[in-house]
Amino acid sequence: MAPSNGLKRVDVIFGAYASTKYLILQKSIRREKQEIIQDIIDSGLRGRGGAGFPTGLKWKFAAAQPGNEKYVICNADEGEPGTFKDREILMKVPQKMISGMAICAYVIGATKAYIYLRGEYQFMVPDLQMELDNFHEQAREMNFDLTIELRMGSGAYVCGEETALIESMEGKRGEPRNKPPFPVVEGFHGKPTVVNNVETFVNANMICRIGVEEFIKLGTQDSRGSKLFSISGDTPKAGVHELELGMKLSDFVAEFGDDDTKAVQVGGAAGFCVPRKKFDSTIIGFEGMPTGGSMMLFNSSRSMYHVLHNYLEFFEEESCGQCTPCRVGCQQLLLGIEAIKRQERPASYLNQLLKLSETMKIASKCGLGQSVANSFSSIVENYVEEMIY
Amino acid sequence: MNQIQPYVRSLADKYGRERECLLPILQEIVATEHVLSQDAMVEVAKELNLSAAEVYGTASFYSFLNTKPHGKYVIRVCKSIVAEMKGKKEIVDKLCDILKIRVGETTPDGRFTLLETNDIGWSDQEPSMLINEKPYTYLTPEKIVQIIAGYQANGKSNNHQQIN
Repeated sequence: MAPSNGLKRVDVIFGAYASTKYLILQKSIRREKQEIIQDIIDSGLRGRGGAGFPTGLKWKFAAAQPGNEKYVICNADEGEPGTFKDREILMKVPQKMISGMAICAYVIGATKAYIYLRGEYQFMVPDLQMELDNFHEQAREMNFDLTIELRMGSGAYVCGEETALIESMEGKRGEPRNKPPFPVVEGFHGKPTVVNNVETFVNANMICRIGVEEFIKLGTQDSRGSKLFSISGDTPKAGVHELELGMKLSDFVAEFGDDDTKAVQVGGAAGFCVPRKKFDSTIIGFEGMPTGGSMMLFNSSRSMYHVLHNYLEFFEEESCGQCTPCRVGCQQLLLGIEAIKRQERPASYLNQLLKLSETMKIASKCGLGQSVANSFSSIVENYVEEMIY
Repeated sequence: MNQIQPYVRSLADKYGRERECLLPILQEIVATEHVLSQDAMVEVAKELNLSAAEVYGTASFYSFLNTKPHGKYVIRVCKSIVAEMKGKKEIVDKLCDILKIRVGETTPDGRFTLLETNDIGWSDQEPSMLINEKPYTYLTPEKIVQIIAGYQANGKSNNHQQIN
C-alpha cells in the first residue's frame, strides 16, 4: 500500500492459519492463565463490537470471580445497519473465533460457551454446527472440557446489547438490564459471563498466535491492531476490508469514495455522520471516532433528510420500549422532522428536537437510546437546510 | 388442531423444559408451522410451566416469531438506507406485482408473505432479501421473476399442511 495515503491494509483476520486442528488453543491451554490475561491486557485489544471496552480487563474481572460456574458468550448478533464483517468471519474463518472463545473459557474457568447468532444468519447454522462438532472432537483429544452451543436470535436489534442478549438467551424478552452489576459479575443465569464480539475473539486468538510484540506493531497508541470495516453505499469497493486503526477519514475516502463523497456515516445508525469538511480532521479509532466498523458512504446525490429519516424509522421500530426516553424519544424525533419538512413546525423546532436527543443520551437505559443522538445531532447540525427545505 | 399437543411435547422433550429453552422451542414451531398459534403458545406454556401471557409476551417481542399466520415462504426485503439507495423500491414493486399483494400481506393460497425488514447483513450486496432463511443479494427485477418462479414451481409438488 502506498504509504503516502496513510491507509494501511492488513491481512491477518482472514489470512493464513485457520487451523481445524486448533493448534493455537492446544498451545494456549499449556500456558499460565495469568500470563495470557496479561498478554491480552498488554496488547491493548479493545472490544470490536463498537463500545471498545478493554478485552483483557474483562477477562481478568471474570477470572477473578469466585465459583466455577462461568460462561463465555460470543455476540454474533450483528445488527447495526451497514455492518456485515462478522458474517465474513463466521463464513470464512469460524475456527479462529471458536479458538478465541475456547482460550477465553480456559482463562476464566468456564466449561460452557455459547454463540448467539442473529436470526438473519440462520442459513449459516449447518456449516457452523459442523465446525463446532469438529471443535468438540479436537477438544476431547486435548482433554479440554468445553461445550459450545449455538443459540439463535429472532430479529431484534436490541439483543446485540450484551445484557439484552443474556435476557434473550434466558428465554425472555430481550430487554436490557440495569448496569451494574455487569455481566462479568452477574451474567447468564446470574453467573460471571464474558460477552465479546466475534471479531474480538478472533483478535484474542491472533494475539496468542503472533504475540503481543507483533500485535502492537499494528495501529496506534490508543487503537492497537487492525479492524474489519464493512464498507457500503456510494463506493466502487463495497465489501469487508481489513485496515489498521488510526487512519484519517480523508485517506479512507480517497481510497473508497467515488470522487463525489458528501458524507460518511461512521459506526452505523448508532454512529456519527461526518461531512466532507471534516474528513481531514477525523481520525478513525479510539483516539478519534471509534466504530464497530460500519462505514456508509453517501455522495452528493443523496438527501441527508432521507438518510436520517431511515435511521429514525429503524430506531423507532427497534427500541425495546422498556424505558420512556427511548420509546417516546425515537417516535417524537421521527414525527418532529416530518412535521418540519411539511412546514407544520418552524425550523426552530429542530433545536427542541436536538434537546430531546440530548435528554435521550443522558436518560436512556442502554446504548440504543443513548446513541440515537449521535446520528441525529451530527446530521441535523451539518445539514440544517436539507432538514428544512 | 389436536396434533399440536404431542408436537409441542416432543419439542419440550428435545430442547428441555427450562425457561431458557423457550426461544428454541418457539423458533422451531415457527419454522415448521409458519405461525405461533394461540393453541401452540398455550401448550408451550403448559409444558414449561409458565403462564400463557408470559409465552405470548416473549414471542411478541421478536419480529421473527410471528403470532399471525404467515405464508409458507416469508419474503423479507431489506429496507436499510443502503438498500434504498440501491433500488429496494423496484424490488418491492416487482414482488407486489408478481404476487399481487402489498407489503404485509399473504397470498390467498397461503404460499407467500411479503415483508420489509431492517438490515439483514448484506449492505455490500444490496438490494437483498431473505426467503425464509435463505439470503438473495444483488437483486434486480429480472432476478426476482426467476427466484419467485422457482419457488412457485417448487411449491406445487409439496403438499405440506398448514395450521392456521
